[in-house]
Amino acid sequence: MAASGCRGVRSILWKYGSCAKNLYVSRSKMVPQLPLRQISVASSLWKKNLAAAGPQKFTQEFIDKQLEEFEVGKRHLANMMGEDPETFTQEDIDRSIAYLFPSGLFEKRARPVMKHPEEIFPKQTAIQWDAEGRPFHFLFYTGKQSYYSLLHDVYEKILAIERHQDKMRNKGLFASDTKQILLTGSRWLLKEEIEENLVENISDQDYLRLIQLMEKLLSMPYCSLEEEFILKFRKQLEVQSSKYQIPALQYDPQGVAFSVADGRRKTAKASITLRDSGSGNITINGRNYLHYFPVLQNREQLMFPLLFVGMMGRFDIEGSVEGSGHSAQAGALRLAISRALLSFVSEGEVEKMRQAGLLTADPRIRERKKPGQEGARKKFTWKKR
Amino acid sequence: MNLHKLSSRLCPTVTQRFRHLHIQSSGQQLEAVSEPNLLSVFRTSEQDPSFHSERHTGQYYTLPAAHIQKLFPHGLPPRFQLQIKTFNEGCVMVRPPALELISYLKKADYSKPPLRYILYGDIGTGKTMSLSHALHYCYTQGWLIVHIPDAHLWVKNCKELLPSSSRPSRFDQPIQASQWLKNFKITNERFLSKIKTTQQYVWTKRERTEKGQPLGELVDQGVNRMKSSSDVVGAVLRELRLQAGGATEGEGAFKLAVAVDGVNALWGKTSLKKEDRTMCEPEELTLIHNLRKMMKNNWSGGAVLTALSQTGSLFKPRSAFLPSELLGEEGFDHMEPFVPVSVSNYNEKEFESCYLYYLDRNWLQHPHSLSEEGKKELIFLSNKNPSTLERLCAFL
Repeated sequence: MAASGCRGVRSILWKYGSCAKNLYVSRSKMVPQLPLRQISVASSLWKKNLAAAGPQKFTQEFIDKQLEEFEVGKRHLANMMGEDPETFTQEDIDRSIAYLFPSGLFEKRARPVMKHPEEIFPKQTAIQWDAEGRPFHFLFYTGKQSYYSLLHDVYEKILAIERHQDKMRNKGLFASDTKQILLTGSRWLLKEEIEENLVENISDQDYLRLIQLMEKLLSMPYCSLEEEFILKFRKQLEVQSSKYQIPALQYDPQGVAFSVADGRRKTAKASITLRDSGSGNITINGRNYLHYFPVLQNREQLMFPLLFVGMMGRFDIEGSVEGSGHSAQAGALRLAISRALLSFVSEGEVEKMRQAGLLTADPRIRERKKPGQEGARKKFTWKKR
Repeated sequence: MNLHKLSSRLCPTVTQRFRHLHIQSSGQQLEAVSEPNLLSVFRTSEQDPSFHSERHTGQYYTLPAAHIQKLFPHGLPPRFQLQIKTFNEGCVMVRPPALELISYLKKADYSKPPLRYILYGDIGTGKTMSLSHALHYCYTQGWLIVHIPDAHLWVKNCKELLPSSSRPSRFDQPIQASQWLKNFKITNERFLSKIKTTQQYVWTKRERTEKGQPLGELVDQGVNRMKSSSDVVGAVLRELRLQAGGATEGEGAFKLAVAVDGVNALWGKTSLKKEDRTMCEPEELTLIHNLRKMMKNNWSGGAVLTALSQTGSLFKPRSAFLPSELLGEEGFDHMEPFVPVSVSNYNEKEFESCYLYYLDRNWLQHPHSLSEEGKKELIFLSNKNPSTLERLCAFL
């Protein structure tokens, strides 16, 4: 899909770029001509429906040609947009394509794209047998050569560490409490990620066996020798709450700290001003909150962020909210209050608030009505006639 | 089952201990409280409203059960009636608006036309309870009490609306009128025989009330003969107006307290429909017509205590609470001049007292409500509004 889109764009660009073609001919000759090789495509990257038609094959020659065309097209696009072709980046390309070929298609992947061929053509395994038809790798006939060779590697490491242990024991220097690898804040690669690395399909069973083996390696006393190898199979997790931008506290002429934040839920939009050292007065759209929210549950929604950080009765809150119904308005105000509170609380509290779900906007919105039925899901009453 | 009983027996002792903790934390008043008789900081032993002063603000006093039966056969708000039933006692907080009203009543000159007091305030701030407190003062002083617990009930949901027999342009509400007369009779039992009628009233060809009959007979006439009850109400009010203030010192002298809750109903709209499907005007109702005469200050020897009420009023926005908004232009002109008394939400002290009272009654059952955090939650959720707080505590 993406590839065809790319080609479509390129063909258009090509017409305009025919004059520039000559300039790049000499350039194309510099690309080393590799011997023609049949490249088999990793089936993992092709979904089932494509597999029926047989694996699509791209020769190295073809890929090189695509790459060259991409470079030329990029330069030409930069010229069209009146920008410098040397510093024309992928972001610039995306922006220009969105400008030149505006598309209202809902599906993002169906819109025209122009990307580096490496991103469009799937990564494929290199040729695995020689001219006489003999495979290069000794595990070729297992069907999953890179997976099994990885297992071999890991086992090799284990044996190496055992040898090292024995050596230390003979010297009398053996100590079981050696340096351990710090694994907090990271996780094992997922099955899909490993499949991508190996360019091979593996089963759940295979994945489990690999993780077991890695863990065995980890449990050994001198595992830190192979730290670099192990960390290749782990992914660092980032602290989610550090993604939130915490605005700095502002001060009004009297020197009272205050912070401003927005929130939304469904179609309700709320904005809040939180003033420090107040007496707990809350006004919403210029009215007392008790009048604005006669329903208890809505007032509970307002209360929850303040209750959670234990700062009830400390702030004066002034809010305005519009759109949607009362419960959505209360939800929008809750989000706004939590965001405004971020300026007043410590880092650790922020993470706790995130885990309590105070900083996450509720993504649920009204589902559209479908034709031929009574509502979003409900069907018309069935009558025999 | 036994375990349940045990726990319920244990419960009071636990809360008792908590309450003492609270008393200790609240400090200086500890000395004033004697532990054994369990009179706590939130209660006052002063049961007579005439002796209530600034010193007692925020404390609860108990309405004697006999007085509740006599004075308020129908006059207390339903939520408070439920509370009386649950707690087995009727406790009313002494609050500044009621004290203000009582102090005015003490100072007023009763040879002059009556002063009109209007209690106003936000929804659920305790206007009716303040009115009841002031009315209790009047009752203990031996006044004659004309109490209309909710005037709104007279302008809506009326089952029987009959054209008046005496004046065809007006409409009678026999059920409401006889109901009110019954309660009037209970409240003012002691005056009924002393007051005599000043003129002859003719109800039908056969039935009449002669001049010089006791008022009790007039009332009985209304209770027994549904048809004429609305006119009887008018006659009773007229007699009271004429005789109030006691031209003769001694036997027949009495002071008159007219208490109307939801006074804005008298000048608002009604939801009653006439035969021809058009809306009834309030002045076309006999009861309202007579009550309006009571609001005029062309008599002497009494006071008119009224409370505005948004709750139950027709065609008024929820946010309206000021006299000018609720009474409308016409009503405002009628009531002027009046003494406005503002009723507001609880302050810190009153809230604390109310909170301790609910704890003492084991009304706050949730363990979290005992903690400081829980109290803050209650403050936030109720914004110290008495009625909201009561509803909130009712299921905690």
